Amino acid sequence: MSDTNQGNTPVQDDDLPQPEVRKSKLGFSLIWLVPIIAALVGISLMVTHFTSAGPKITVTFLTAEGIEANKTQVKYKNVVIGKVTTMRLSKDRTHISVVIDLEKDAAAFATKGTRYWVVRPRIGASGVSGIDTLLSGAFIGADAGDSQDDQNDFTGLETPPAVTHGAPGRRFVLHASDLGSLDIGSPVYYRRIQVGRIVSYELDKDGKGVSLQLFVDGPNDRFVSKDARFWNASGVDVSLGADGLKLNTQSLATVIAGGVAFQDPPGPHEETAAPEMQEFTLFNDQGTAIAPPDGKPRYIRMRFEHSLRGLAVDAPVEFLGVKFGRVVSVNLDYDEKTQTFPVIVGAVVYPDRLGQAHDKLAKLSGGDGDSEMPKIMSGLVAHGLRAQARNGNLLTGQLYIALDFDPKAKKVEFNPNARPFEIPTTPGDFDHIQEQVASIVDKIEKIPFDSIGKNLDGSLHELNATLKQVNTELLPEAKRTLQGVNKTVGTANDALSEDSPLQQNIGNTLEELQRTIRSVRAFTDYLGRHPEALLRGRGADAAPPVSTPATPKQGKDVQP
Amino acid sequence: MSAPPRAQELGMMSCHVCRLVTAYSEDPHAHCPRCHSALHVRKQGSIARSWALLLAAAMFYIPANVFPIMRTQSLSSKDDNTILSGIFELWRAGSPGLAVIVFTASIVVPMLKFIIMTVLLVSVQRSSGLVSKQRARLYRFVELIGYWSMLDVFVVAILSALVHFQILSRVEPLPGVVYFGVVVVLTMLSAMSFDPRLIWDNRKSQ
Ligand SMILES: [Zn+2]
Repeated sequence: MSDTNQGNTPVQDDDLPQPEVRKSKLGFSLIWLVPIIAALVGISLMVTHFTSAGPKITVTFLTAEGIEANKTQVKYKNVVIGKVTTMRLSKDRTHISVVIDLEKDAAAFATKGTRYWVVRPRIGASGVSGIDTLLSGAFIGADAGDSQDDQNDFTGLETPPAVTHGAPGRRFVLHASDLGSLDIGSPVYYRRIQVGRIVSYELDKDGKGVSLQLFVDGPNDRFVSKDARFWNASGVDVSLGADGLKLNTQSLATVIAGGVAFQDPPGPHEETAAPEMQEFTLFNDQGTAIAPPDGKPRYIRMRFEHSLRGLAVDAPVEFLGVKFGRVVSVNLDYDEKTQTFPVIVGAVVYPDRLGQAHDKLAKLSGGDGDSEMPKIMSGLVAHGLRAQARNGNLLTGQLYIALDFDPKAKKVEFNPNARPFEIPTTPGDFDHIQEQVASIVDKIEKIPFDSIGKNLDGSLHELNATLKQVNTELLPEAKRTLQGVNKTVGTANDALSEDSPLQQNIGNTLEELQRTIRSVRAFTDYLGRHPEALLRGRGADAAPPVSTPATPKQGKDVQP
Repeated sequence: MSAPPRAQELGMMSCHVCRLVTAYSEDPHAHCPRCHSALHVRKQGSIARSWALLLAAAMFYIPANVFPIMRTQSLSSKDDNTILSGIFELWRAGSPGLAVIVFTASIVVPMLKFIIMTVLLVSVQRSSGLVSKQRARLYRFVELIGYWSMLDVFVVAILSALVHFQILSRVEPLPGVVYFGVVVVLTMLSAMSFDPRLIWDNRKSQ
């Protein structure tokens, strides 16, 4: 390619300097490297674009809340694996479908079993989740499955799955009569430590109960044995029944949010860990959960001829003191023949709760299945088994049904083919108490309280008069006599006491006597020496030898 | 039609560097005897260079438009925008004026440059002497707008420098903007390497 115009013939001017000529080594214009590099860059970009492009998938959701095209990201374990590219409403306007461009290395998320859900801030029973989405906006969470089969259309979950795929642990199924305060995410406790949570729940197909799925995290899932018992640990359980007041609470969180607890039954039981998805019954409380297995329930009916005030549904039914059932219905009936209102009580009993007794009886009866229980019962009724409404709680007046043997019971006919079969009854012990009280009242009434009163009154009058007499006459006299006696005794006492005049007199007299004797001796001694004294009298110089008479005090020293 | 003679017709050419006038030589390897720089009547390989750069620019124009050029991140959202999606966004957000400016600067002008350069190069190569004056005007236009095309590159550069509050708000350039810059530079170089004197060279063949 030449830029110069070949058509011109230049005019050579010799005055002008001639240009130098140097040969270039390179015949190729380097400038063409630029578009070649550009092409290479472009091609490499195209190649990386096509090789890094992951699969395109479509996910349907009920609502597009929080999802935005070209903005909302798809995350797995908080790593971005894709992005929403377009979003559109379905033709029937029931849901929206979202097209997601997955990254190349996230191709495993376009397989069967992968789950997608929108992560929005959620405030639930188990706490607040997705709080980061408050600022960053919602994102789509993903959880890959096991399958290798490709799938490009998914139905998104409306609630985040409680368990991510591959998390260690096991799922189990619980059957309950109702959901109670449980919810997805409600905790599962083992010895009051949270080891799992409720994953999902659904109404049973027949509508007669609820099936809950729970997930117990590994390695604690090994504590769920084949015989494990689950009970509802929700809230505060206060029950005032025939067996008294009961108050049960779990942790505070459970009281507020509800939960499920499990434990092995006491005594011998299967220790091996339960397999995945084993089904359990959810009991209402720990007590019933731990009780021996119920076995197959049987329905019995009893007809009472008297009032059963205080007998409530769920009241226990006991067989010789063993609780083996509960009342399920209390209905009033009308008997045209006798024109009375018998009370028909229906109860569900669990013969298995009788343990060995039931096993042996069942063996003896030879019946099986449905006929076994009536056969056993007909034998027992023949031996005097009767149902009786008894008072279980004097405080509340609650009744329970007791099946007991009454040897004096009249023979009754028992129809073992009736369904439900009826167990004969005897009047309750409460009636006996009433009878006894009535007879006591009768006897009390027979006591002649009137005449007893009158007689008592007369006697009391007489007593009163006598007492008066005693007071006014007898007592002063006695007083005087006593005073006299007192005086006498006092005199005697005085006379006998150490410083009494009588004693002193005696002492004085004795002293006096001694002095006299001494005087006499002194006189005779003087006379012996001075016989002239008898004639001339006593000399002036002569000292009187006689001592002064003793003072009364000296008398003390003198022993009588 | 009498036109003033050109240097070539007078058997002369001049050095581009020291302006020494020498005798005409057809040899493409001729050098200035005074300063030893290359001597040529027209820019050496002007057409090939222009073509090469223009082709390279056109190739880079594709990734420049396909890749997002800017990521705006605020508290609640994260936006990756290509040129076109940015224009749509501006239009939707209620700034149609801005959208038109950006569209003109980033789409219309580069496209015009490609077209004009192609027209110029093709017409020069085919030795067409048609409307030389208008072609000269087109060339001047291309040179003039060259610096001001691809407004987005400047917008991204300025925004990235200004808006950088980490968590609260953030503008990041993305790979697209690099290709865009490359396109701007390459088209400018393409226009620069084009020798406008070629437009007039074919006058005689009219
Ligand atoms: Zn020179």
